[in-house]
Amino acid sequence: MAGSNTTTDIWVSGTEVPEVAEWMVAGTDEGAQEMDREETRARAVEQRGARVVDDWVIDDTVADDERMIVNMGPQHPSTHGVLRLNLELEGEIVRRIKPIIGYLHTGMEKTAETLTFLQGGTNVTRMDYLAPLHNELCYSLAVEKLLGIELPPRAQAIRVLMTELNRISSHLVATATNGMDIGALSMMMYGFREREMILEFFERTTGLRMNHNYIRPGGVAADLPDGWEDDVEEILERMPVAMQDYEDLLKENSIWKGRTQGVGVITSEECLAYGITGPTLRATGVEWDLRVSQPYSGIEAYEFDVVTAKHGDVYDRYRVRIGEMRQSLRIVEQVANSMPPGDYKTGDRKVSPPPRRRIDESMEALIHHFKIYTEGFKVPAGETYVAIESPRGELGCYLVSDGGGKPLRMHTRAPSFSNLQALPVMMADSLVADSVACIASLDPVMGDVDR
Amino acid sequence: MTATGGTDGASRVDALIPALLETAPGAESGVSVGDETITVPAAGLATLAAAAKSSGFEMCSDITAVDYLSIRRTRFELVINLLSLSRNRRLRILVPVPEDDPVVPSLVPVYPGANFLEREVYDMFGISFAGHPDMTRILMPDDWQGHPLRRDSGVGAVPVQFKEAHQVV
Repeated sequence: MAGSNTTTDIWVSGTEVPEVAEWMVAGTDEGAQEMDREETRARAVEQRGARVVDDWVIDDTVADDERMIVNMGPQHPSTHGVLRLNLELEGEIVRRIKPIIGYLHTGMEKTAETLTFLQGGTNVTRMDYLAPLHNELCYSLAVEKLLGIELPPRAQAIRVLMTELNRISSHLVATATNGMDIGALSMMMYGFREREMILEFFERTTGLRMNHNYIRPGGVAADLPDGWEDDVEEILERMPVAMQDYEDLLKENSIWKGRTQGVGVITSEECLAYGITGPTLRATGVEWDLRVSQPYSGIEAYEFDVVTAKHGDVYDRYRVRIGEMRQSLRIVEQVANSMPPGDYKTGDRKVSPPPRRRIDESMEALIHHFKIYTEGFKVPAGETYVAIESPRGELGCYLVSDGGGKPLRMHTRAPSFSNLQALPVMMADSLVADSVACIASLDPVMGDVDR
Repeated sequence: MTATGGTDGASRVDALIPALLETAPGAESGVSVGDETITVPAAGLATLAAAAKSSGFEMCSDITAVDYLSIRRTRFELVINLLSLSRNRRLRILVPVPEDDPVVPSLVPVYPGANFLEREVYDMFGISFAGHPDMTRILMPDDWQGHPLRRDSGVGAVPVQFKEAHQVV
C-alpha cells in the first residue's frame, strides 16, 4: 500500500506533512548552484567569491569548443571526500571554479538541539573527523563558559596533551594525502603509519580511534590509562625519526618542489578578506595562532613557536604543517613532563556526577547520578562564541542556552567551510593538474564543511 | 585586560565601540558573557560593518542566525562574529530579523568571505541577503522545501526514496 497516508506514518515528529508526490517526482539536480554558462565580467568576478584581481574576461574571440565546463567530483579521489568543483576550462587552464558542497550534510546543528549538553559531544566529534578532539574541546569550552566553571589543572593538561597529539595526527593525514595527490605515494604510506601510532594511543585512552567523545563539559571522560607515559615517550621518540624521513623524501625533492612551489598562491590580504585561517593563513606570513593570541585550556603555560612562511603557496603550507607538528611535539613533551596530579574532571556537582562509592551509600547520590544522565544539567541562559585553533584554522562554537538542559542553538564555525572559499582564488588561471595540489594543501574535511 | 584577553572585552574602556555606535542609528552596545556585542537594526548593518572593517576588524569569522520562535517578539537574530587580528579582539554584531520580512543587506561587498556564510544562513533559516551575488542554497538540495534550522521545522524521519518504505508492515 503506497500513498501519502503511509508516508505520514513514518514522519516521527515535526509539523509539516511532506508532499509525497512532489518529493518522489522531484529530481536532485543542482540547477541553481551550477555556474552560469554565459556571464558578464562583473558577475564572473562575484562568482569567484569577490573582488580579487581577475585578468581574464570572458572573451568572445575564444571559440566555444575550447571552453568547457567540467565537473570534478563529487566522486573523485583527489577531492578529499565528496567535494564537487565546477570548473570552467579553456584547454588545460582553469578559468573559473565554483565549489559545490552539501553532499555530506547531515544536519548536525539541528541534531544538537535535540541532545542534552552532555550528549552534545558525541555529535560534534563527528564533524571534523580528522580532529575530533578539537571539536569536543571547542564545544566543551563553550558550555563551560556559559556554566562559568573552572577546571582542575590535570583536566586542562590532559586536554592540551590530547588535542596537540590530535593536531599531529591530523597534519600527518594532510601531508600524506597532499603527497599522494601529487604522486608521492611513499609519503602516503609513511604519514598513515605514524598516524596509526597516535590513534592507538587514543584508543587506549578513550576507547576509540576516532569520534572519541572524550573531552566533555566539565573535564574529560576518564583519566589517562596506566602506562600512558611510556606510550607518549614512544611517540616522542619515533616522531622525530619519522619526520626526518619525510624531510628526506620531500623537502629538497625537485619533483615535489616543481609541483608545489609557486602553485596555488594566495596572499595574506585575500586570506583576511575570505576568512581563511590556520596553516593557509600562516603560510602567507601572518603570525596568527589562537593558541597564542587567545589562549585556552592553559596552553599559554607551554613554550612553542608560531610557524609561518612567506610565499603562501602549496610548498609553504606543507612546510608550515611540518613545522607545526614539531611544535606540537614540544608541547606534548612539556605536558608529559609536568602533568599535574589531581582530578580529571570538575568537582562541581551540578555538572559532574557523584563518585561511584557515594552512589553505593546514598540514595540522593544515585538520584543525582540518574538525573544528570537522563535530564542532563541545566546551563544558565546566555549566548557565547568560543574559538580554538584546530589543525585547519579557527574552529568556533556559537552556543545559545535558554536555561534548559539542551542548547537552543549550537552553531559550529567550521574552518574547512570558510577555507574552501580560497579555492577559486588559488586555482584561477592555473593548470588543471595543479588543482589537486591546491585542494590537498587546503586540507578540507568534508564532514567539517557540510556538518 | 592584558593583550591575551582577546575575547574578554567587558573591562575594556576605549572609544572604539562608541565610535562604531555613531555610524549606525539605533545601534546599542552590550556585553554577553564577557563578549562585546552591538545590536543594530538591519538598515544600519552595512554602514556599521564597513566602519568596523575600517577600524581594524579585518576578518568576518562567522555569520549565523538563531530562531527565537515564541521566545522573542522578533523571531530571528542574525549573528555576525568579527575578528580583529591587529587589535586581538572580537566583536559580535546582532541584527534582529522579523519573520514577515527576512531580508538583510549582504556583507559580501565589505567582507568577501561572507559569501558562503550568508548562503548557509539563507539555506538554513530563509533569511535572504540583499545584494548577495549568488543567493542560492548551499548545503541542502536545490529542490528542498523549507528551511531546516527553523524551530518549526521538524526533526526526525524524512520519506526515503525506496518503494518498500511505504509498505505497512
